[in-house]
Amino acid sequence: MTAPVSTSVAMNPAMSGEPQTTVPHAPGFITGPVNNFFDWFGSLGIFFWQVLKAGVTPPYEWRELVRQLDEVGSKSFPLIALAGSAIGVVISLEARYSLSRFGAKSMFPATLVYSVVQVMGPIVTGLIVSGRVGAGIGAELASMKVTEQIDAIEASAINPYRLLAATRILACILMMPLLTLGADAFGLLTGWFAQTLVEPLSFHQFIESGFHGATFNAFLPPTFKTAVYGLIIGLIACFQGMRTRGGAEGVGRAATNSVVLGSLFVILADVVLVKFILVVFP
Amino acid sequence: MVTAYNNALAPEKPTPESNLPIVAVKEVRKSFGVHRVLNGVSLNVARGETLAVLGRSGTGKSVLLRLIIGLETPDSGSVCIDGQDIAGLPIDRMSEIRKQMGFLFQHAALYDSLTVAENVAFPLEHHRKDLSRSERADRVQHLLAEVGMEGDLRKMPSDISGGMQKRVGLARALALQPEILLLDEPTAGLDPISSGEIDDLILKLQQEHQMASIVVTHDLHSAKTISSHLALLDQGNVVIEGGFEDLQRSDITFVMDFLKQA
Repeated sequence: MTAPVSTSVAMNPAMSGEPQTTVPHAPGFITGPVNNFFDWFGSLGIFFWQVLKAGVTPPYEWRELVRQLDEVGSKSFPLIALAGSAIGVVISLEARYSLSRFGAKSMFPATLVYSVVQVMGPIVTGLIVSGRVGAGIGAELASMKVTEQIDAIEASAINPYRLLAATRILACILMMPLLTLGADAFGLLTGWFAQTLVEPLSFHQFIESGFHGATFNAFLPPTFKTAVYGLIIGLIACFQGMRTRGGAEGVGRAATNSVVLGSLFVILADVVLVKFILVVFP
Repeated sequence: MVTAYNNALAPEKPTPESNLPIVAVKEVRKSFGVHRVLNGVSLNVARGETLAVLGRSGTGKSVLLRLIIGLETPDSGSVCIDGQDIAGLPIDRMSEIRKQMGFLFQHAALYDSLTVAENVAFPLEHHRKDLSRSERADRVQHLLAEVGMEGDLRKMPSDISGGMQKRVGLARALALQPEILLLDEPTAGLDPISSGEIDDLILKLQQEHQMASIVVTHDLHSAKTISSHLALLDQGNVVIEGGFEDLQRSDITFVMDFLKQA
């Protein structure tokens, strides 16, 4: 008598001797980070959309916006002024030495002006704000999240995306170009001052020579591109803060990630924006 | 002193219209990852009633409150507030519903950058723009006086005790004169005297404001004091719902064990 063949065996190609068609799986150590990468960007996109929707619809949180403008702008200004002054002096010293070697000392004012305004001012401002403001926003919102203060805001029928995120991101966008102008001004002033200590040069002559033949296209796009840095810094810090889990460790992680990711994306954005500006504003 | 719940302090007999549940939870299921927290919970609370939800830690009591106020969404089932299913409501409509509710969080969740008075004024500043600054200040003063905190207006949350923080949280929850009050472990972590004071305060406020209340607690004594009926949760299900006497009469092993341990 023939033994009955179970359905599961009959249907299983491996057991019935038929060729198998197996789908290869990527190892977990690859799929995990890849999934996390796309999950992070997807969540960031959804977060941005929620903030955008909340931010453009009334009621507007004017008082909180003004508070954040002060927090991001006024309170960052001393640090930005100091950093701007330092880069002015460093560029002045380096440029004078390099230009002297090539007999192009007359190019010093223009070199300083273009270096500070087009390159160093915006990126240094971006990185300083990312460090100071990004960490502050990330830690503040993360702390509010883990102590249920954000839930309490939502339970009070107030949209936390509007109150907390939209105001902070908008403050970063608005204050970045102004802070950049501040960094530029201090950079030029201290650069000129460092030069005059070695070789007297009137400020009037320095400015006239430095900005000779300059157009708005040479200075406005590099200054206003920092609004994009502001968007990146504010968005990433708010996102990291408001998605925090865990206690003190989570708060620390949110603050660190806000700074690291904010700075990284500011530098990456700079690469794209420099190319964009060169193409659009030749 | 802790006052036992009695008929003299009970809300007025509800009218037929007010007998309709203002909060109706129907067959709600909620999981976090693979862990199922609520497994088909159904509860009703009518106007003026107080329901105490009891149960062991991790049985989904706080999650139930978060579902009712819309901070979490159920995997299945429905949560209806005043006859309106809140699932998928647009944020503006949800905000209108939330204005009818006050929520006292387990750890009070006061805004730590604001003073006691500013914490209580916070919902008023956002939702009662019709009030003048002085009217808002008067209302804040009145609310804080109701919870016995009128002398601490300028203090920061970090400068007051846990019990005082809960009082301020309660004043903030009452700021918009809600119809529904949700209390998450109002007496947890407090000494017996402070717990009794909070219970008395909740009871007094319930009588004065005639709200529907849902109180999540571990504290059976507190539940008896402030609630008109109780529900006992275990493993995501309501094991029993009724008066305290119903729990005492129950022959369900878990109910008997819970009452014995409590």
